[in-house]
Amino acid sequence: MKLVRGFLRFWYDFIIGDDWKVAASVVAVLAIGAGFVLAGFGSTPVFAPLLAVGLAAAFTVALAIDVRPRPPKR
Amino acid sequence: MGSTAEWGLAVSVFVAALVEMVEALTIVLAMGMTRGWKSALAGVGAALVALSAFTAATGYALATWLPRASLQLVVGILLLIFGLQWLRKAILRSSGRKALHDEAQVYEKETQAAQAAAHDVRFGLDWFSFVVSFKGVFLEGVEVVFIVITFGLNARNMPVAILGAAAAFVVVLLLAVVVHAPLTKVPENTLKFCVGLLLATFGTFWSIEGLGSLTPSHQALEWLGSDLALLPILAGWLVLSAVLIRVLKVRPTRPAPVGSAAVPQGKA
Repeated sequence: MKLVRGFLRFWYDFIIGDDWKVAASVVAVLAIGAGFVLAGFGSTPVFAPLLAVGLAAAFTVALAIDVRPRPPKR
Repeated sequence: MGSTAEWGLAVSVFVAALVEMVEALTIVLAMGMTRGWKSALAGVGAALVALSAFTAATGYALATWLPRASLQLVVGILLLIFGLQWLRKAILRSSGRKALHDEAQVYEKETQAAQAAAHDVRFGLDWFSFVVSFKGVFLEGVEVVFIVITFGLNARNMPVAILGAAAAFVVVLLLAVVVHAPLTKVPENTLKFCVGLLLATFGTFWSIEGLGSLTPSHQALEWLGSDLALLPILAGWLVLSAVLIRVLKVRPTRPAPVGSAAVPQGKA
């Protein structure tokens, strides 16, 4: 059990790292992109650049949440 | 080797591998200098054997079981998450919100731990030194392997990716022999920033291309300008990072001028 937990912990640290919000933002934007592809918009020339802009926006939001001032803990 | 894409691939892998190897070297040096080289080098050797097995298994599994577009999607997502994590740390470091990575400090910490640890001998080896060296090389090595495999498979040029990593290995080894101390002169924080940018760029490109695996034809999506689209993507991540560093910059608080009255609590 300890070995399995250690194995999973390693991969979590390796892929997700310190901030899960970055991973979540990437997956969320690509999931939206997948929806557009399934709806037939994948071959539109502006689709890829727009999705890239979406990834950049999501990263900015994740970082903004990360650095927002927090009230001191009591 | 000659095309821009191949040079880009080689340079990306070289820089990423260099940064990881410098970190592994610091740990091995700390063990070797404080507890002897035999066990530290045995740990390095064992880690290299384990890494070879890991590389062969992962590379075979990815190349054999995943169709090209799905491979691009999976690898692109992983690279993108990985790259943005590096970029996030680099932005926080450059804006003063996170301490800079300092190899001298890491070396000091590892040396103190090595001096304090008990001498437990197993299989004729100093077990602490062996395990720490093994873990250091294996964990940093897995990141190098991951980058080599993902870049190599996606760019369909494994030899160039391996060459990039091998060149980094030789450079770090030569520097270690010459300097015989932690490589504090390597501009690690800047290199990490560059690696974050490169990983995020290739990750963006491949993950979006890979969404084509969801279409009935399972063909990768096309970027406007094909491979040349990598340049505006790189520029985009670079500009965004520069803007974020500027916006998030922590300004040092100026001390109050001498003789000025302190602002009473609750009245500011």
